[in-house]
Amino acid sequence: MIPQTFDYVRARNVGDALKALAAKDGTKVIAGGHSLIPLLKFRLAQPARLVDIGHLDELRGVTEVRRGAKIGAATTYRDLLESKLLAERYPIIAEVTSGIGDLQVRNKGTIGGGLAHADPAADMPAVMLALDAQLVLRSKRGKRTVAAREFFQGAFSTAMAEDELLIAIALPPLPRGAGTAYVSFEQAASGYALAGAAAVVKRSRSTVAHCTLAMTGISDRPYLVRAAEQLVGTQGLPDAIEHVAAQAAAGVEVNGDIHAPADYRRHLAVVAARRALQKAFVRSKK
Amino acid sequence: MPTLFGSGIKRREDPRLITGRATYTDDVKLPGLIYLAILRSPYAHAKLGKVDTKAAKAAPGVLAVYAGADITDRVVPVPCAWNVPNCNLKTPPHPLLAHQKVRYVGDGVAMVIAESRAAARDALDLIEVDYEPLKAVTDPERACQQGAPQLHADVPNNLAFTWVVAGGNADEAFAKAEAKVSLRIVQQRLLPTAMEPRAAVASYNAGTGQLTLWATSQNPHIHRFLCSVMLKIPEHRVRVIAPEVGGGFGSKIPCYADEVLACLASMDLGRPVKWTEDRSENYKATIHGRDHVEYVEMCGTRDGKITGLRTRVYAGLGGYASTAAPGVPTILHGLMYSGAYTIPNIHGTVHGVYTTATPVDAYRGAGRPEATYLIERLVDTLAREIGMDPVEVRRKNFIPKDAFPYTVATGLTYDSGNYHGTLDKALGMLDYGAFRAEQEKARQQGRYLGVGVSSYAEICGLGPSQVAGAVGFGGGLYDSAVVRVYPTGMVRVYIGTKPHGQGEETTFAQIVADEFGYPVESVEIVHGDTESTPQGWGTYGSRTTAVGGTAVKLAAQRVKEKAKKVAAHLLEANEADLEWKDDAWVVRGSPDKRKSFAEAALMANVAWNLPAGVEPGLEATAFFDPTNFVYPFGTHLCTVEVNPETGQVTVLRYIAVDDCGPPINPMIVEGQVHGGVIQGIGEALQEMAVYDAEGQLLTGTMMDYAVPKASQMPKIETAHTVTPSPVNPLGVKGVGETGTIASVAAVVNAVCDALAPLGIKHIDKPLTPARVWAAIQQAKGNGGGR
Repeated sequence: MIPQTFDYVRARNVGDALKALAAKDGTKVIAGGHSLIPLLKFRLAQPARLVDIGHLDELRGVTEVRRGAKIGAATTYRDLLESKLLAERYPIIAEVTSGIGDLQVRNKGTIGGGLAHADPAADMPAVMLALDAQLVLRSKRGKRTVAAREFFQGAFSTAMAEDELLIAIALPPLPRGAGTAYVSFEQAASGYALAGAAAVVKRSRSTVAHCTLAMTGISDRPYLVRAAEQLVGTQGLPDAIEHVAAQAAAGVEVNGDIHAPADYRRHLAVVAARRALQKAFVRSKK
Repeated sequence: MPTLFGSGIKRREDPRLITGRATYTDDVKLPGLIYLAILRSPYAHAKLGKVDTKAAKAAPGVLAVYAGADITDRVVPVPCAWNVPNCNLKTPPHPLLAHQKVRYVGDGVAMVIAESRAAARDALDLIEVDYEPLKAVTDPERACQQGAPQLHADVPNNLAFTWVVAGGNADEAFAKAEAKVSLRIVQQRLLPTAMEPRAAVASYNAGTGQLTLWATSQNPHIHRFLCSVMLKIPEHRVRVIAPEVGGGFGSKIPCYADEVLACLASMDLGRPVKWTEDRSENYKATIHGRDHVEYVEMCGTRDGKITGLRTRVYAGLGGYASTAAPGVPTILHGLMYSGAYTIPNIHGTVHGVYTTATPVDAYRGAGRPEATYLIERLVDTLAREIGMDPVEVRRKNFIPKDAFPYTVATGLTYDSGNYHGTLDKALGMLDYGAFRAEQEKARQQGRYLGVGVSSYAEICGLGPSQVAGAVGFGGGLYDSAVVRVYPTGMVRVYIGTKPHGQGEETTFAQIVADEFGYPVESVEIVHGDTESTPQGWGTYGSRTTAVGGTAVKLAAQRVKEKAKKVAAHLLEANEADLEWKDDAWVVRGSPDKRKSFAEAALMANVAWNLPAGVEPGLEATAFFDPTNFVYPFGTHLCTVEVNPETGQVTVLRYIAVDDCGPPINPMIVEGQVHGGVIQGIGEALQEMAVYDAEGQLLTGTMMDYAVPKASQMPKIETAHTVTPSPVNPLGVKGVGETGTIASVAAVVNAVCDALAPLGIKHIDKPLTPARVWAAIQQAKGNGGGR
């Protein structure tokens, strides 16, 4: 478990990190290290240089942006859990984060690191999709924003260019009174999701006015379930929820492995989707 | 004065362990230390061509690189040390570094020694090896069929041995039986996963010809002997030190190539050499456990009397026969086929089979968990077949408490027991009747509750040396202690066993302190260094307390006898007139005339005034060789709820009632039960080592191998009954493995009981949600929901 030799640069600021990335010499960004270091130790990643951004205050913390929020990319999971703003406006963040790793992992691991790593069974990406998060990327060439739904492009593959750095996650306001929920079935060894579902449901009087459903762990990337729209206009009765949940993995190429053969994982996707929709529905205000 | 024996005092070893002040092998630093790394085969089975080490030798910091051919003639191959007789055992040579062929992913191919650990690791990538891949076979049943890939030239069909146990007439019993049941059981491979992986620091001094090896060992004296044989160094010039050892579960019993390679490198290079496994290397290169495919049958009468048991077992050995491997699925498994019952007719056949996988050897319980599991699954299956409560079937077949010593059909004689006692206690704790009623109600609501019973008897306290010799075990099984009393009366005890987490620094001190009327702080237990400890055979097979603890007791008694002579002399009294009271001898009738043990110890050590014929000094050595094994027993109960939608199993209650004789330290006993039960629940619900068709280990890291986590485990309720063993003066039996032996069947029986309404008879462990769900789908007849 000894990595290949690499150079290490401790960035003094974001500009410093962007300069290092602009060289396009295979430099990798490290913050909490909980995704990258295992890859280094297995020599699955052999970058010539690491640039460390984990200590940069400008990348840490949760700030209020109108009725939404902005999360610095190097904000630790623990900081997410301790954010009152997130607890108030996006309780699903605490719900998902409390199940990530253990205390030590949450003390060091960062939301940006996890998202940029794009593990197809990670929990947070599904939540980002359900919340319609916008990922703010910077490079020496400039700044752009990519929607979470465009960001994840495959297993461990994102829309980021080699010279780009994820600097923040912008969360638009949730529909007023919306309920949210994250439900997952964990792989016993890793704790990653065999199937995970993130749901946002808003009711307006007696009908569902808004519904998004995002899945993770099922295939090579997290995805939004289009059929979630079919709940809108219904009364959110169990049959309607079941109808939507049944389509949680429809048309998706489902992974199978020693922990969950594809048919079981497909089944879990439906169960997770149903439970997440039900919880979110119950939590939404009438 | 209250005795320490029986008192749940805190473990004395814990403060250093939990404050980071313990010294493990990897903590050993010596001047001039250099580092060893081992290149391991990425193929499960391949012909080995040229191993080109030129580029690695030229790499910065590299001191030497060896391939198999470089050392073959210099060292004796890794020996198998349990040559079970009468089974046509074949143990082909196990070279320290492969030559001509590799036989599992992880088989050592070459080694690099360098100035730093990183340089050694980097240089591995520069070694070029020509492999010609061959077909792999990791399933032991398939590996001994005609046409399977052949691992060793002189072992047809990969059949290492065929061992038979028989008592009574099983064929006749089955022919006449009113009821018969059979199961095909897979006892999956497991990865022992000690918290500390293996490590070695070898230091050879060419000037003195002395080799010192610090190593992660459960049995340093055995490793001293084997190092001496393999390296051809006289045994008295080899010193093995097992410092703090972070768990073993059996995986640190065997002799491995790696530690010996470190010795060889130190001899060649004249500098101390360190090798430390990382976790993924540990999962490939350290022994695995279990790996049986079993065809098992039980027969009996319609009213629940068991009349026969038959087995055909394929036991995977991996690529080579590890140190104790042949004894595990035979002596420690097949001889226990009677379990806790009076089964009159038994026939078992065990095929040991080489496979292209990591070698298998003793893992916590070693053969007995497999035996208990198959017996207890069969008892439940028979109970269901004849429509009888599984508890009643057990009651009806237990060896009765007044029948001990009792000789079972396989020939073993159990020492003592009260099997109804532990069963009744466990049933009372659960309120079995109430649970059955609750289960019935739940079933009507479409919920699946189940209760699993597992009643076991196990063989441990290994064991009489004469038996060891008779069953081909390549060593003795007595154990030893030296009790040395210093002038101030303080005591050090040097033991031949090697605790590595079991707490004997506490329990053995309790034994000695009681003998001398001391507080426990006055006694230190020393273990692990062959230079200071007497010849012993190590810690495994739940033998340390029953055998080593007895040696401690005997040595302390000898010391006390001598001290008494000195005390009598000082008191100018006859020994016969002395009474031991708390911590001193008192002259009967003259309570003011007293000499404490410490006062006698001082006089013995200064020798100013000793009785005639008494030598100065105060120490004694004892070697204890038991006349029989000991047989702990108990009943574990587990209740579960199975979620029929997801296949998830929730353990509702786990009750363990064990009898290991009088507990020296009830808290430590409880801890051993907890640990064992958790390992067993892990085996029952989630742990499995999986190879793919090419022999690649798919569960090669903790991301895929599901070691139980605290958050996944239930609360464990423990209780005990006390039935002393007549085999040793302490009356104690082992308790290190009982939890693992009992718990696997309790959990699986509970799940199968829960799913009985669906017609499900058996699901192979581990009962992962995916497997349980698939079984439910199949039972419902929709073929897995595809």
